[in-house]
Amino acid sequence: MVTTLTAVDLEKIQAHITAHKDVPGALLPLLHAIQDDIGYIPEEAYPLMAKGLALSVAEVHGVVTFYHHFRTHPAGKHVLQVCRAESCQAMGSEKLEAHIKSILGIDFHQTTADGAITLEPVYCLGNCACSPAVLIDEELYGRVDSQKIDEIIQEARSSS
Amino acid sequence: MIKVYVPRDSTALSLGADRTAKAIIAEAQKRGIEIELVRNGSRGLFWLEPFVEVGTNQGRVAFAPVQPKDVSGLFDADFLHAGAHPLNLGLTEELAWLKKQQRLTFARVGITDPVSLEDYLAHDGYKGLHNALKMSGADIVKTVTDSGLRGRGGAAFPTGIKWNTVLGAKGEQKYVVCNADEGDSGTYSDRMIMEDDPFVLIEGMTIAGIAVGATQGYIYLRSEYPHALKVLNETIGKAYVAGYLGDDVCGSGKAFHLEVRRAAGAYVCGEETSLLESLEGKRGLVRFKPPLPAIEGLFGKPTIVNNVISLATVPIILDKGAQYYADYGMGRSRGTLPIQLAGNIKQGGLVELAFGATLRELLYDFGGGSATGKPIRAVQVGGPLGAYLPESQFDTPLDYEEFTKIWAVLGHGGIVAFDDSVDMAKMARYAFEFCAIESCGKCTPCRIGSTRGVEVMDKITSGKEHANNIQVLRDLSDTMLNGSLCALGGMTPYPVMSALNHFGEDFGLKQTETAA
Ligand SMILES: NC(=O)c1ccc[n+]([C@@H]2O[C@H](COP(=O)([O-])OP(=O)(O)OC[C@H]3O[C@@H](n4cnc5c(N)ncnc54)[C@H](O)[C@@H]3O)[C@@H](O)[C@H]2O)c1
Ligand SMILES: Cc1cc2nc3c(=O)[nH]c(=O)nc-3n(C[C@H](O)[C@H](O)[C@H](O)COP(=O)(O)O)c2cc1C
Ligand code: SF4
Ligand code: FES
Ligand code: FES
Repeated sequence: MVTTLTAVDLEKIQAHITAHKDVPGALLPLLHAIQDDIGYIPEEAYPLMAKGLALSVAEVHGVVTFYHHFRTHPAGKHVLQVCRAESCQAMGSEKLEAHIKSILGIDFHQTTADGAITLEPVYCLGNCACSPAVLIDEELYGRVDSQKIDEIIQEARSSS
Repeated sequence: MIKVYVPRDSTALSLGADRTAKAIIAEAQKRGIEIELVRNGSRGLFWLEPFVEVGTNQGRVAFAPVQPKDVSGLFDADFLHAGAHPLNLGLTEELAWLKKQQRLTFARVGITDPVSLEDYLAHDGYKGLHNALKMSGADIVKTVTDSGLRGRGGAAFPTGIKWNTVLGAKGEQKYVVCNADEGDSGTYSDRMIMEDDPFVLIEGMTIAGIAVGATQGYIYLRSEYPHALKVLNETIGKAYVAGYLGDDVCGSGKAFHLEVRRAAGAYVCGEETSLLESLEGKRGLVRFKPPLPAIEGLFGKPTIVNNVISLATVPIILDKGAQYYADYGMGRSRGTLPIQLAGNIKQGGLVELAFGATLRELLYDFGGGSATGKPIRAVQVGGPLGAYLPESQFDTPLDYEEFTKIWAVLGHGGIVAFDDSVDMAKMARYAFEFCAIESCGKCTPCRIGSTRGVEVMDKITSGKEHANNIQVLRDLSDTMLNGSLCALGGMTPYPVMSALNHFGEDFGLKQTETAA
């Protein structure tokens, strides 16, 4: 599938490749740099990365798809990660998860129709003393109940 | 000037510490009072965050939990001079929850400003490295061995013996890799060290490098910890500027360089060989062992791979001596363990204790029972690959060997409590589901077995060919236990079988069928 990659994005990607090509074990740091910058790892960039780091396109593809963190398509404006691991389950994360899915009208790995929020599962955020936990972008929340998540989502939506 | 402390630890932030800090600054300004606001680490009493402290002549006085709406009332009550207020908990050091602990690895956590090198130095920081720089590599390794320190990542392998293998391995280039992937649910002690006392980890890694002749270190940090990433990068930068890292560590002529590498959300990459593959820029497929990473590790070179807590415990051992550390603990579990109370628990937080305390003391004396007030029915210790323990096992002392005896794992010291609303068959199904999501796919028992496990659990809960499927479940667990390449597939049977054996009624078994 071809996404529309702008010339600016291509230039940015090329600059990251140049900056990383002599770094030992460069591929993960490079993928992070690209995703931090333009929000995802465009498939059109695989050949560029492969060439820059002397890898095969298949190797690049294999790495991108192995790691849950990397996405090959743009996410919504905000990424909401909901913890599904044991400690949060012990404090009702299943109910919270169902509530979030129903108010957003989406399942995990999907983005709301208005493009505001992408929903992802996560397995522990290190906030287990105050479960259940969610992370929105880089903002961590603890002891989240349905009222608190409504506020968090509303705040995200209004801060476009 | 009066110092007011508001933690910057992630958990404190997750409960609004930034807003509390802002409100305190604004209120002080409004009233024309000058204060110095310090963003310290967390004391680890997480149920009381945001945990605010005020410096007084008698010591630090705690007010907690403080929300923005409480702030003006606190000023009215003259909290800056420890005034009486419902949130006033008295002197922090006198709080029983802290006083009963033995904080060695966490000695500074919550007390200091994590990003201040001056603060670190003023609280015994870098004393261990200074001692180490006067010793031979072999003597440093011997000190670590004599302390009895065992790997705190979970496998409990003696750290000194691992270092000795790397010391003895031939190689122009050696590495020190810190495993900061902390994937286990119910654990956060690595995160706390990195956010709340990062210099102790930097110091520990530097000592490791000096000991075995490794000049490059990497911290492999899980991507779910954005705050830790910022703190580590900031403090590593400061350590370079001050000469604690670089080509000439403290003028010793020895080099040690350090860099943080971000992981990318794969639990299996916490397994050391998968981690090394990932650091090399590859998919995190588990490697066959041998060769051990100590002999052929990162880029094929001799490599120390250690957990955050293992490395962060090295400075105090080099500062106070092997015997000082070894004097704590029981049996072959020497020293202290930072225990993390999590899940359905009233008073969740970090408790560092010498090995030997019982689970019951942790759950009730420290934890205060469940958060919901209902009986605690099951406890999972040691992360998603750890066994579920019933009430009858709550008197087991926290000790690696004692846990092995009851077919359980102490692991990284995470304790997750569940009240009596838990459905243990569901938890067993989840263990398989998690294994299926996170399997690296290299071996069949794990890759296929985990998915089969989910199916079998569904049949059991729907009552299909019940007795037969219980047997299938046991056989499958046996295959995974014995036939998996790494502990992801190999230990998933721990939560599953312990749930079945201790909570058989949730699997539709009658009391008599339960004991297998
Ligand atoms: N902290 C977490 O988040 C987390 C997550 C999952 C699992 N775990 C733990 O991981 C454990 C399994 O880890 P593992 O598979 O690495 O265990 P392991 O027993 O294979 O190895 C333990 C450590 O000792 C080293 N070692 C073994 N023999 C050695 C020797 N002769 N010389 C030098 N070094 C030697 C290994 O290289 C490794 O670093 C489990 O028990 C589980 O508790 C922890
Ligand atoms: C699936 C799996 C995940 C693991 N995750 C971690 C982890 O997140 N952190 C960690 O320190 N060790 C983890 N380990 C254990 C490491 O393989 C290794 O034993 C440890 O990093 C060695 O350090 P230590 O001796 O200081 O404990 C994991 C093991 C397995 C099998
Ligand atoms: S047990 Fe699972 S995670 Fe471990 S090597 Fe096999 S497939 Fe990979
Ligand atoms: S993507 Fe994580 S193991 Fe396959
Ligand atoms: S299990 Fe949810 S934050 Fe750790």
